[in-house]
Amino acid sequence: MTTTFTLINVSLLAILTATAVTITRLRALYEATMLAALFSLVTACLFVLLDAVDVAFTEAAVGVGISTVLLLGVLALTRSSESVTPRRRRLPGAIAVLLVGGTLGYASLDLPEFGSADSPVQRHPVTEVYLHQSQEDIGIPNTVTSVLASYRGLDTLGELVVVFTAGLAVLSLLGPLARPERTRPTADFHLADYRVIRVVSGALMPFILLFALYVLFHGDYGPGGGFQAGVIFASGFVLYGLVFGLDRAQRVVPRAALWLLVSLGLLLYIGLGVTTMLLGGSFLDYDVLASDPDTGQHLGILVVETAIGITVASVMTTIFFGFAGRGVAR
Amino acid sequence: MTGQLPVLQVAVPLLCAPLCVLLRSRFVAWLLFLAASLTSLTCAVWLAERVDRTGALRYAMGDWQAPYGIEFVVNGFNTPVLLLVSLSAVVAAVYSRRSVAAELDDRRVPLLYACLCLALAGLLGLSITGDVFNAFVFLEISSLSTYTMIAMGRRRQALLASFRYLVIGTIGATFLLIGIGLAYAVTGTLNMADLAQRLTGSHDNRALQAAVVFVFVGLAVKMAVFPLHAWLPAAYGEAPSAVSTFVAATGTKVAIYVFCRFAFTVFGASLVFGAMPVDRIGLLLACLGILAGSAAACFQDDLRYVLAWSSVAQVGYIVAGVSLATTAGVSGAYLHMIMHSVTKAALFAIAGVLLLRLGSVRLADLAGLGRRMPWTFAAFVVAGLGLVGVPPTAGFASKWALVTALVERDQWPVLVAMLAGSLLALVYVGRVIEVAWFREPPDGADPLRPPASMVAAIWFLVLLSLYFGIDASLPAHLADAAAAALLGKGGG
Repeated sequence: MTTTFTLINVSLLAILTATAVTITRLRALYEATMLAALFSLVTACLFVLLDAVDVAFTEAAVGVGISTVLLLGVLALTRSSESVTPRRRRLPGAIAVLLVGGTLGYASLDLPEFGSADSPVQRHPVTEVYLHQSQEDIGIPNTVTSVLASYRGLDTLGELVVVFTAGLAVLSLLGPLARPERTRPTADFHLADYRVIRVVSGALMPFILLFALYVLFHGDYGPGGGFQAGVIFASGFVLYGLVFGLDRAQRVVPRAALWLLVSLGLLLYIGLGVTTMLLGGSFLDYDVLASDPDTGQHLGILVVETAIGITVASVMTTIFFGFAGRGVAR
Repeated sequence: MTGQLPVLQVAVPLLCAPLCVLLRSRFVAWLLFLAASLTSLTCAVWLAERVDRTGALRYAMGDWQAPYGIEFVVNGFNTPVLLLVSLSAVVAAVYSRRSVAAELDDRRVPLLYACLCLALAGLLGLSITGDVFNAFVFLEISSLSTYTMIAMGRRRQALLASFRYLVIGTIGATFLLIGIGLAYAVTGTLNMADLAQRLTGSHDNRALQAAVVFVFVGLAVKMAVFPLHAWLPAAYGEAPSAVSTFVAATGTKVAIYVFCRFAFTVFGASLVFGAMPVDRIGLLLACLGILAGSAAACFQDDLRYVLAWSSVAQVGYIVAGVSLATTAGVSGAYLHMIMHSVTKAALFAIAGVLLLRLGSVRLADLAGLGRRMPWTFAAFVVAGLGLVGVPPTAGFASKWALVTALVERDQWPVLVAMLAGSLLALVYVGRVIEVAWFREPPDGADPLRPPASMVAAIWFLVLLSLYFGIDASLPAHLADAAAAALLGKGGG
């Protein structure tokens, strides 16, 4: 059993390294993007082996899915091959990479054994509290969700703010605000002209959106939660936009609605923190939301996941529209 | 309600950011940013006063006690930073009303204010948190919003400046994250006080040493320590004026505070400055930074780039003080942090006014400024002399504190570099004054009147710097308390 496990780990790591090396050597950016998606996929597999299913899920949804689409969207706007850096200018980069690698190798000499049950992380009382006490404190089977949404709820709020800021950046630099709206020529080529693509993606839409909702609400019990759900939800709109064209996608989700939703999710999260303060607790102390602390925690976590889902989905869609809209306008 | 002050400090600006986007009105967005910064300043003053009377305050987020949850810690070492950041935000808010309206097209203005709110929240959160991963999250918020704001500059070069900062800054943040990850692997905790406790006596752990290297190299990027400063000149030079005023006063300073926090209260001075040569490297880089930054500033022909390069040099002074790892040195560093913030914010604000009225801040276009805008020019002279360190300006008091600290430890080479830096500062400030005062204005140039709100912001900063130069007891008290809190006890 252990040998199989080691074998799988080693081969996955080998694939990972090979992919990384190939990406650095490639000049063709489409190929590099595809390999970057492969890199994420292999990383997600490694996370699964490490029993970090939630992280693997996020990596698969974000790294393989949405960021590949966004990178392809960027490539549509620029050249698709990288210009060659002169050998002289590659040297500092190579030295920096070697130094970083060397330091990491040096650090690994004193890191706890891989998979050791006796490492400082395993022995620290925090681990004990998160794994066992959380059932009493919060009462949710999935401890990852407990840690993410309650114990370290502020970090999650911070990460949501980061996503929000990224959305703002795209809105202000690439969106319609960056330049005046122009009349777009209607594209003479639509993926929707292909019947199979049209029918299949149309039929898939409700399932994608339903699955996103399932992932959102199932986060308490299994892998999932707001971030993954938001990305899946957005990928539905992205698919729609790719197949039926940007105009029809924007008729489904108008810009004004996106603009509203981007801030609404974040407001909901911060508002929850303010509410708990007004009810006499600390910031993000969900115990005070209901008479019974467990119910309060459940309610709080549900609101948090929904807030994350709303903002992540709308930011991802905004970013896609921002990139795709530029492409059409050119 | 006063028990909630630490979190209100951060939560109010954070709340205002989505509201700015939602309401989409230029005036309301400005009002929200002003309200957020005023609230933060009130909280900061209140907290500083409480800490001064009763000692450190802790706030458990979500009522989960540390190390199980995230805690905010307010102590002598971060009250000066909180005050500095929130005061700079208030000044930037007053200043930005006219400046932003003139420099950005209308529809992007609310987004800029949203980003200002986010940057304020990020910097305050970074200063107040007692958890290393939470610090990383707030660093991300402040950095990402700063990149966005820089990219909104009026020239196309702003996009490139922002992109370069984005790439270098992201690498720095990643290094910080790797360092935090290694420290977590060695200890199993992310809480700063808990880390400090568990790290004592593990000096020869190689993973821990690597963690120190990664954290400090990552922070050095954000601090713009020579030779990792390359992003700074263009970023400050191309950003909208209100943004460069705010960011120049706060961005690198908060990173320096985080450096101090990690060095003294997480890893511990005996590991960082004893077992590892961070102090010697710090002093060397500080000297190089002072000389290179000041020299480069003398060769710029755009006022904002002169000021930005001077910031690279000033970071050197502060790093030199911190690297001494003595009470006098750290106190001097904090004092210079405060003084330089006020002075540099005033100078960037002046550059913004000139940009608004003259349309360019190339040195050649400043000819005859002394006669066209005498009061603005006077403000520039006072603040510029503060940069050089002429008594009785703010720069003198802090440089004197640093010099005493250096002499105490017999660091003569650093002292020489500092003196050379000050002389070079005289050259680059002198160049500007020479053009503005002795050259004839172009024919038919009328006197120009800058907007009142911007003048008010500038003169507030200039008079504050003069006041601190004459009576430095308030900042000196804050700086001493900070040094005592950092060096006094390990836990923080």
